[in-house]
Amino acid sequence: MLAEAVQLVINGLVAGTILAVPAIGFTAIYAVLRFPNFALASHLTIGAFAGYIVNVAWGWPASGAVLVAFLGAGLAGVLNDEVVLRPLRPAGPLTTAIAAVALTIVLENVVRFCFGNELRGYDLPIQRDWQAAGLRIGAQQVKNLGIAVLAMLAVFLFLAFTRTGKAMRAVADNPTLADVKGVDPDRVARLVNFVGMGLAGIGGVLLGLDTSIDPLTGFRVILSVFAAAVVGGLGSIPGAVVGALTVGVGEELSLLLLAPAYRTAVGFAAILLVLTLRPRGILGERAY
Amino acid sequence: MENYLVAMLVFAGLYALLALGLNVVWGMTGMINLGLVGFFALGAYVSALLTKKAGWSMAAGLPAAALVTAGAGVLVALVTARFRGDYLAIVTLGFSEVVRITASNEIWLTNGTDGISGIPGPWRGQLSPAAFNLLYLGIVALAVVVVLVACERLRHSPYGRVLRAIRDDDQVAAVAGKPVRAFKVEAFAVSAAVLGLAGALYGHYTSYIAPEVFTPLISIYVVLALTVGGTGNNYGAVLGAALVVFFMESTRFITAALPGLAAVQAAAVREALIGASLILMLRFRPAGLLPERVRPMARQ
Repeated sequence: MLAEAVQLVINGLVAGTILAVPAIGFTAIYAVLRFPNFALASHLTIGAFAGYIVNVAWGWPASGAVLVAFLGAGLAGVLNDEVVLRPLRPAGPLTTAIAAVALTIVLENVVRFCFGNELRGYDLPIQRDWQAAGLRIGAQQVKNLGIAVLAMLAVFLFLAFTRTGKAMRAVADNPTLADVKGVDPDRVARLVNFVGMGLAGIGGVLLGLDTSIDPLTGFRVILSVFAAAVVGGLGSIPGAVVGALTVGVGEELSLLLLAPAYRTAVGFAAILLVLTLRPRGILGERAY
Repeated sequence: MENYLVAMLVFAGLYALLALGLNVVWGMTGMINLGLVGFFALGAYVSALLTKKAGWSMAAGLPAAALVTAGAGVLVALVTARFRGDYLAIVTLGFSEVVRITASNEIWLTNGTDGISGIPGPWRGQLSPAAFNLLYLGIVALAVVVVLVACERLRHSPYGRVLRAIRDDDQVAAVAGKPVRAFKVEAFAVSAAVLGLAGALYGHYTSYIAPEVFTPLISIYVVLALTVGGTGNNYGAVLGAALVVFFMESTRFITAALPGLAAVQAAAVREALIGASLILMLRFRPAGLLPERVRPMARQ
């Protein structure tokens, strides 16, 4: 029982680290643009398929797939925002949120049109699991963990030390003040879409490396992504990481009590619990 | 062919109910519900289970479904009433997903992904299918008229005026001494009840429900119907629903006529068209075909 629980916590930390990548994307876009961008789901799927193409058709390794997914989903994010969502933002955050759901359905069906509904797996070498003291962890899991940690590290360094990163934080913190200080809000909006949707794309590849992908891949994890962002504090990037780890471990531990299918429902329960008990999330709303 | 047309009219009526339900929260109160399909499904399951397993009549199943979904609406609204609308968007979307997961997995109750078949309908055995269709069209039309009249009464009542005030600026409404949170929760409950009623009517009509019937796309259809018709306008909700059903059905024939498309591709084109038309409506015709008419302020 105890060994089983420890194993689940390890699995949960791995799953949570991977979940943190798209959750950072979601919360960063929220912090700057102030609306829940549900189109993250389809950009995650786009990233997963972009990575799949270069991995399976061109034989690139996983790291190349991650890079392509970041660029592909990020560029798609900028383009879709410019064409679809940006013109709607003056109509209010909720109208934009509705349009984002519609956008995600359109994009998901573009993927379905091109690739069909069947499950697809990445082309990976078969590796033996690592075992120690009765616990096991897959070699691919460790690699995914490494990719996720590297991606997050890059985001933190970018936000902490670069001028554009600081501009992004400034807009998230106080858009009016940032505007007065000469930070171009449109440029920051494009940037946060690129980075946020790019991170969603990386999340898609990491999920694809772990299991398999289909046009609904993004939609299936989006509830966990919301949960991670809300639990940590919507709009807070460190919060998204803490929230993702919490939700990841919570989802795995729920296996002790519930059928596996209820894993995503755990995320929903976590949202309700946090909104009731600690509305600003674990780390509050500060963007950084 | 007549049967097909009657069936489409029944579906138009059901979408009209859903759009009217959405209009109470989104059009009148300015609250969002992106998990419409969850409330629709919940209503369908409640009435189907009560009539099939507990032997209730449909006349008892419908109000029970409305009550249960209203209760779920109260819970969802209570949790999020203190926050900006973004949280309601997230929670409602999550709610519909949880309904789907529960319906797929509580096999002892809902028969899982196989769904529930043989849901009783009024005089289904005794009537010919064509007569049953017509009878059901009458029932749905009656429901639409009743809900439409009720929603119009609500809109023109002082209560509806408060809801619109909350939609336009909830702080002003609060300063004017209105208990905003209670109004929001009540409006959400009323809306959820209508959605649940529509779900129950759906189940008794088709006699079969399953989790995969209740796709998130249905929520988009309903938002599209209300946006096309005119957000805030009850007649617009009904008109929009009829137009959306007509549009959806015509795309079925158009995609079938396109050469060289696999079935999955044709389905993808249709779904993408629905999403794209919602985006285009929001962008270019946000007030819809029948824009909400607000009486100008009387001159002092």
